[in-house]
Amino acid sequence: MNEIVIETDNLTKRFGDFTAVDHLSFTIRAGEVVGYLGPNGSGKTTTMRMLLGLILPTEGTATVLGYDIRKDSEAIRTEVGYMSQKFSLYHDLTVNENLHFYAGVYGITDETTIQNCLARVGLERQKDILVSNLSTGWKQRLALAAAIVHHPRLLFLDEPTSGVDPTARRAFWDLIYELVAEGITALVSTHYMDEAEYCGKVGIMREGKLLALDAPSTLKTSALPGKAYDLRARPILDALMVLEKSQHVLRSGLVGDHLRVILPHEVDPDLIIKELQNQSIEGAEIEQVEPTLEDVFLSLAAH
Amino acid sequence: MIEVKQISKKFGDNWAVNNISLQVNAGEIYGLVGPDGAGKTTTMRLICGALHLDSGSIKVGDFDIQHQTDQARSLIGYLAQRFSLYEELTVLENIRFFAEVRGLSAEEWLPRSLDILEFVGLLEFKNRFAGKLSGGMKQKLGLAAALVHKPKILLLDEPTTGVDPVTRQDFWQLIIKLAAQEGVAMLVSTPYMDEASRCHRVGFMRDGKILKEDTPANLQASLKGRIIEIKGSQLSLLRQIVQGYPVVQDAQMFGDRVHLRINTDSSQSLIENLTQYITERGVSITSARVIEPQLEDVFISLIETNDE
Repeated sequence: MNEIVIETDNLTKRFGDFTAVDHLSFTIRAGEVVGYLGPNGSGKTTTMRMLLGLILPTEGTATVLGYDIRKDSEAIRTEVGYMSQKFSLYHDLTVNENLHFYAGVYGITDETTIQNCLARVGLERQKDILVSNLSTGWKQRLALAAAIVHHPRLLFLDEPTSGVDPTARRAFWDLIYELVAEGITALVSTHYMDEAEYCGKVGIMREGKLLALDAPSTLKTSALPGKAYDLRARPILDALMVLEKSQHVLRSGLVGDHLRVILPHEVDPDLIIKELQNQSIEGAEIEQVEPTLEDVFLSLAAH
Repeated sequence: MIEVKQISKKFGDNWAVNNISLQVNAGEIYGLVGPDGAGKTTTMRLICGALHLDSGSIKVGDFDIQHQTDQARSLIGYLAQRFSLYEELTVLENIRFFAEVRGLSAEEWLPRSLDILEFVGLLEFKNRFAGKLSGGMKQKLGLAAALVHKPKILLLDEPTTGVDPVTRQDFWQLIIKLAAQEGVAMLVSTPYMDEASRCHRVGFMRDGKILKEDTPANLQASLKGRIIEIKGSQLSLLRQIVQGYPVVQDAQMFGDRVHLRINTDSSQSLIENLTQYITERGVSITSARVIEPQLEDVFISLIETNDE
């Protein structure tokens, strides 16, 4: 087993009467890529801020890279890299100048280190370009470079690949996987399933609690309290109303021209077809499909 | 309801929109899917007449956007990526403002506003200051404002960017209901594949062009039988190995699996041979199976064939 990088034990944060993070206990080991999914207000950011030592927990403990978050927050911050969705890059400076600036923040002035870092993210040829002229994909790489220039052992990524196409997202994640192969651990916070699929494990938070933490494939098979189906019927909104009232349906929702339905394992899908027919909805067809991460997320995190 | 014919728009030397044609019918949700900078926003601005065309034509309902701009615009609701609400006004006052801009009369605006607030789920917050709303609620208020004059056409430019997944689901339920109930024609832009899959049809956009358009089901069917999922422990190594296997066109690593795209239809023997090829090279796998292609697979395959 790899060494433990983050370990929390009943980590809790209250703001007045509001419990933002509620007895969170989990372990992340070196070389893992762990994604965090949760609605706004579910406690993701508060958790991250506690792990970085920016705010103190109300209750519970945590260690990051072996350091106690209550006592050693400065040590933690020098060994952690942080890349935010709103990268604070200087748009009127070049790629090279931006990276020099961030390296300077960490006291790094060695030119080789900086140029190696640019090469690491594939930006050597772009180094004299003004940031304002970079595509979103290149900006994300530069933001990553700024987050890893001091060779952190742990990387926090906040929606690192929003607004790019799958090819750019994938190229970015290939970089992350390379870093991980070298021993970096990554914690990713995101709203997007496209991004969460790249994580080896995904945690789902709701109201300050961690509801599940497992590999995406495992979540799809074991965390979903039923099976997923695509259902076609007309009129679609009438069908939806029937499903919403049905006692056999765990969850139903519109997906373009059809409906996605989650039924408990023991419910025969033909039963649903019959219910629809009883309400004079014709032509209903139901087909079992593989659940998506979103199915799992909505089943766990939506009210 | 929207008919776009061979439109182009140049900024400086750059063709932001390069000879695009598309059509959106009543009750249809068309997804314009592509990265930042692909030309999605420019296309929307051209359609609502906020920018002038360099060439081509756009019909909105029965009206030509260039020559009958006012009539055309009266049919359109537009939710821009960054829309402005008056934070110091209440929800209802905001809607009233947009209703008056859209020319609703004193008798019309209130019942219509209450209807629309109920539809988006903000009725109970009608007296709250817009500045006190959560991000998701602001987005819904933006939608309500765009809908207040009962547009036949709705343009939504990345409507759920920055919105959490639960709110996003709510938002999409509203959009799909509007299409189904009121027959509104919708053009929605997004960089995300999980959103694209909720549209009736999608056009993959890149560098000002639409590379391909079809229903999500047809797009996915175009790669049917050609995506194989492999799970195992040493994923990076696994990917390197399978890249050397003759029929493999592409190997993509996800968090807990590798997806392969092969250039032929899969068969049981192919999977067995592939499994053997991998294990012979010292990597053990826990499963290998054919899976349903995702839109992401289609997009990547499309980009690669396009770049060749």
